[in-house]
Amino acid sequence: MNALRGFILKEAHHILRDRQTLTILLLLPLAQVLLFGFALRTDVQNVRVAVVDAAPDYATRELRGRFDGTTVFEVVTTVPTSAALPPLFERGAIDQALVFGPRFAERLANGDAAELLVVTDATDPNTGSAMQAYATGVVQEYERELSLGRATGTRILPQVRMRFNPTLESVNLFIPGLIALVLTLVSALMSAISLSREKERGTLEVLLVSPLRPWQIIVGKVLPYLVLGVINVVTVLLAAWLVFDVPFRGSTALLFAECLLFIVTSLALGVLVAAVTSSQRTAMVGSLIALLLPTTLLSGMIFPIASMPAWLQPVSNIVPGKWFILIARGIMLKGVGLEHLWRETLVLAAITTLVLVIAVRRFDIRLESS
Amino acid sequence: MNRPENVSGPAPPRELRLAQIQPAIEVRSLTRRFDDFTAVDAISFDVQAGEVFGFLGANGAGKTTAIRMLIGLLAPTSGEARVAGHDVRMEADRIRRRIGYMSQRFSLYEDLTARENIRLYAGIYGLSDAAIRERTETLLNRLRLDSHGDTLVRSLPLGWRQKLAFSVAMVHEPEIVFLDEPTGGVDPITRRQFWEMIYEAAQNGTTILVTTHYMDEAEYCDRVSIMVEGRIAALGTPAELKAEFGASTIEDVFVQLARPTAEIAAGMAAGSAGTPTSRTMPSG
Amino acid sequence: MTATDACATPLDRDDPAVLVAGLVKRFGGTVALDGVSFSVRPGELFGLLGPDGGGKTTLFRILTTLLLPDDGSARVLGLDTSTDLWAIRSRVGYMPGRFSLYPDLSVAENLDFFASVFGTSVEAEYDLIAPIYQQIEPFRDRRAGALSGGMKQKLALSCALVHRPDILFLDEPTTGVDAVSRREFWDLLAGLRAGGLTIAVSTPYMDEADRCDRVALIQKGRILAVDTPAGIVDRHPLPILRVATPDRYRSIQLLRSYPHAHSVYPFGESLHYTDARGDVDPAALASELRAYLDRQGVLQPEVEPIRAGIEDCFMALMDDPSLEPE
Repeated sequence: MNALRGFILKEAHHILRDRQTLTILLLLPLAQVLLFGFALRTDVQNVRVAVVDAAPDYATRELRGRFDGTTVFEVVTTVPTSAALPPLFERGAIDQALVFGPRFAERLANGDAAELLVVTDATDPNTGSAMQAYATGVVQEYERELSLGRATGTRILPQVRMRFNPTLESVNLFIPGLIALVLTLVSALMSAISLSREKERGTLEVLLVSPLRPWQIIVGKVLPYLVLGVINVVTVLLAAWLVFDVPFRGSTALLFAECLLFIVTSLALGVLVAAVTSSQRTAMVGSLIALLLPTTLLSGMIFPIASMPAWLQPVSNIVPGKWFILIARGIMLKGVGLEHLWRETLVLAAITTLVLVIAVRRFDIRLESS
Repeated sequence: MNRPENVSGPAPPRELRLAQIQPAIEVRSLTRRFDDFTAVDAISFDVQAGEVFGFLGANGAGKTTAIRMLIGLLAPTSGEARVAGHDVRMEADRIRRRIGYMSQRFSLYEDLTARENIRLYAGIYGLSDAAIRERTETLLNRLRLDSHGDTLVRSLPLGWRQKLAFSVAMVHEPEIVFLDEPTGGVDPITRRQFWEMIYEAAQNGTTILVTTHYMDEAEYCDRVSIMVEGRIAALGTPAELKAEFGASTIEDVFVQLARPTAEIAAGMAAGSAGTPTSRTMPSG
Repeated sequence: MTATDACATPLDRDDPAVLVAGLVKRFGGTVALDGVSFSVRPGELFGLLGPDGGGKTTLFRILTTLLLPDDGSARVLGLDTSTDLWAIRSRVGYMPGRFSLYPDLSVAENLDFFASVFGTSVEAEYDLIAPIYQQIEPFRDRRAGALSGGMKQKLALSCALVHRPDILFLDEPTTGVDAVSRREFWDLLAGLRAGGLTIAVSTPYMDEADRCDRVALIQKGRILAVDTPAGIVDRHPLPILRVATPDRYRSIQLLRSYPHAHSVYPFGESLHYTDARGDVDPAALASELRAYLDRQGVLQPEVEPIRAGIEDCFMALMDDPSLEPE
């Protein structure tokens, strides 16, 4: 244990001495949240809407008016049948279409489900989902007002093609993904770099010719980065909460436990990358390509998995970030607990164990591979 | 670029004839300070054309700073130096054209072949395509590297790499070649072959300035200077210095000069090392 | 420093501290070690002399369990380097060829760290490392990366010693170190050796052979000779002369064309000449050569018979494979 303590102390020194890197690592999560929150936010404006209204009534007119009244939407045309829509979409004349079902006002008044189809141009899935979210928001707002002072709630059944975002804010969806991104960057990349630095400097050679076992070297190397990872999670969550008012519906303790699990996943991935590369440079490029890219692109963080080609969708299953994002979104946005997330948690834990086992086994106790 | 006929033709260029009249390197009270630290403290010496001059000193004695001033990479704080007849302050560009530089570590691109390295450097110094082709083949031939011209430098033995590096530094027929710790780590025979290449170049009028902290390399030079803490503490032929300091090797001379700075070590000579614990070896 | 001092060692003198037999190591197509055999006695300061690329580092890495041999066997402290690695790792001290400490940690932090790795502390082992560590202790708070080459090596040596190893492997500890520090370093090793520690050192500098009890000359993965420095020098088979002339370059060419010349090499300020006739009287040979150079117009040639040095022997052994011992 003395050996391990000495190792962790030494590693902490490395991290604390390298002020530049440490500053970057600490500020990076904050910068990411702000960047994604403000700049990369996929909120949209000037959405051109076509309305398909076979039999206009007061409710359809009211809704149309509400769409037109926002700064976001502009109703550019009203057509009698949805057959007119495809050419409009294809020409790029409209971004979105509202297709009212038959007897819309009547059904509303009776308390029946009134049908409304919202069709969105999802050429860019991000904008698409944002447009969709805004449209649903307008509809819901109207629905809410109608039901005020009534015994029976009115129901509009918006059929949408895109993901459901209950709060209208794209930043909410991004936060779980951001945690995954930051942890991949800090925990995986940094542990990979710091371990391969020992290889490159030749210090690993001395460590190998000592009674230290591989697991001791690995644990000693990554434990300080675990702490750093926790700090990063706290930073992201605090910033999300304070700056963007992102809701925390579920258990904070569960969220942190899951984050901890994902930090371990990332560290294990970092160790694996370091084990199979021989220099800091290849470890860095390796982490970027093998870890960061999938986490960004295949996890569902930015591009909805549902909108990926069918053959690519199964691939996303091996991206740990995907499972973490599902879990974190569940806890934060839906407020659900482990009873709904145990499957995802189990998958993540299984991936982590597998990676850890491979990483420790690939960690050469000699210099044969280099 | 402006003297292609000089670099390819056998006749000594005009500059070289001039250089034989005046010293190849003239240094007068050359000084360089970094803030309040004086790295090079008013050094003066001459190096004659065709001389093999050893520029010795421990790490941090000021060798590198002095050399950087001589090749125009660093401006002197005061003093003067002329290299190949040009002022280091005003005519650094001209100087760099007339000198060659070889460092043990950085001279060649290891991921290029021998031939590509020669072409690269010949091209950098503005040789014509025809001259480059001809020079490359003669050079490979002389180094007996003909069959390895297309071998990556990194797969050549260290000794060949060093000889190749020296030839590459000479590819534009410079008047002065700076060699930075040229022969470390090679086997004794290759090392001597390398020195013979240097002697041959010197015989043909090239001035060689060898910087090193390996004192046994110094013995191969015509004259050596030893820098200690920014000053030239000794200057002369190896034989003169050995006689002056009553030493049998240049290394002994150096140790005498540098010893005062390593005073902390004095307590050590008694050799009062501790005894390792009594662990017995397993038998068998 | 004398042989009797070594008797202080508790190690059984009959068991070699290192026993290497028929060691072969290949990397892809290159043969790094080509059937290396030798042994190191307990308490001995053993030198492995050879140029870069000769196989020194590979050999040390096999002995320190970092590499597996492709053929042959290596035993350290009686333990097999392939199978008993954990037992060996807790008992050897190793200093790799490159500076292998943490440049961003201070002198004291580096030493503390390596002590903790071996489950000990600097305080507990202070008596052993004191002679070395005291020289750098004034700089204990300085970052290791900011030390001079000589001080770095002393720190690395302290770190390699801090767990009281039974044997020390030092891979080129004096490469890149200035002459003064080089001597100091060898003085430190002599002190440790006097304390009974077995030490194996590799070096490319032939002149360091004299600091060792015995040396192995290694070149291209083969051992050229193993003996005491004096024993190696005695083996030089040919008469050898030192020639000093004002015109080195021309004299080299002239001597090479002398009919009986075996080899002519520059040797510092002078030249070393060996004669192909092994039985010729050195003094007679000297006057013969002096006369030859005189005839060729070389001014005042100085020619004298000398005793071969380690470097002469190394070259002779490199030159002529038939001179290989055993």
